[in-house]
Amino acid sequence: MDKGFLTKLVGELNAKYGDFIEVLDDELNASVKLEANNIVKFMDELKDNYGFDLLENLTAVDYQDKFVAVYSPVSTADNRQLLVKVDLPKDSNGDAEIPSLTGVWKAADVQEREVYDLMGIKYKNHPTLKRILLADDFEGHPLRKDYQMKKRV
Amino acid sequence: MEINKDNEQVQEELASQGVILTSVEKFFNYARARSIWPMTFGLACCAIEMMATAGGRFDLARFGYEAFRASPRQADLMIVAGTITKKMQPLIERLWDQMPEPKWVLAMGSCAISGGPFVDSYSVVEGADTFLPVDVYVPGCPPRPEALIYGMLQLRDKIQNPSIVKVKRNG
Repeated sequence: MDKGFLTKLVGELNAKYGDFIEVLDDELNASVKLEANNIVKFMDELKDNYGFDLLENLTAVDYQDKFVAVYSPVSTADNRQLLVKVDLPKDSNGDAEIPSLTGVWKAADVQEREVYDLMGIKYKNHPTLKRILLADDFEGHPLRKDYQMKKRV
Repeated sequence: MEINKDNEQVQEELASQGVILTSVEKFFNYARARSIWPMTFGLACCAIEMMATAGGRFDLARFGYEAFRASPRQADLMIVAGTITKKMQPLIERLWDQMPEPKWVLAMGSCAISGGPFVDSYSVVEGADTFLPVDVYVPGCPPRPEALIYGMLQLRDKIQNPSIVKVKRNG
């Protein structure tokens, strides 16, 4: 996405809702940063008014002191990609919560289940938030940095 | 002159007439060994090599083993071809229980033997013999079709002579 469109997008949305989007300094991608409670309305706006019709990727990163939820909405008609990052501080158990995007894009359903399964981030208002890759009775979230691998017998 | 299978003279006489004396067990073992019906149980990459073995170049049909049955109720050999994950393990046990006796297990590839290259993962079971009584191990990653055929022939020998190998159940 060219910088002009990104500045226009951010400017318009910030004017509408108050300053809630921060443009990140990134050479390769157009990336923005948000708070967790603004993510649904931001994605709604992108989908309804700016032609972003595909959620290409939904994932998360575990930095030791926080999670970062990463989303990649894409506009297929205008050939634009955006990288959206949301900082999620960890609570005392090492868990975090964020609103779910299943109301905006159906593709978010299985992807959020995968992130929940492997990282343990809970998505609020997800219709069926349960494990998808690992067995249902698996304990722990393996892709966290503090996950202890069991020693081989 | 006793008529039993150990008496050479009687055997020769009968053989010249087209009659063979044997025991039921030996006869059944002979038949079972030459007509093993494997169950299609490809889990990962070893399945491709199993398919190649059943294909035209490395024909498994020339030994009588081409009837891969999809249903465990009709099969008598489970070729565990591929990585076993913890999520898949109860299903494998269920399928194993559904197979009628006599049944055998062939662990194909290093993942089925001992977890393979993924043994350190949080979701991989360290080998089929942790929960199944494996009869033949075919090493390789993946084993070549010739290796799988060799393993099947070893199984054939084992079925015909079930007492020569001491079976170590479940590892």
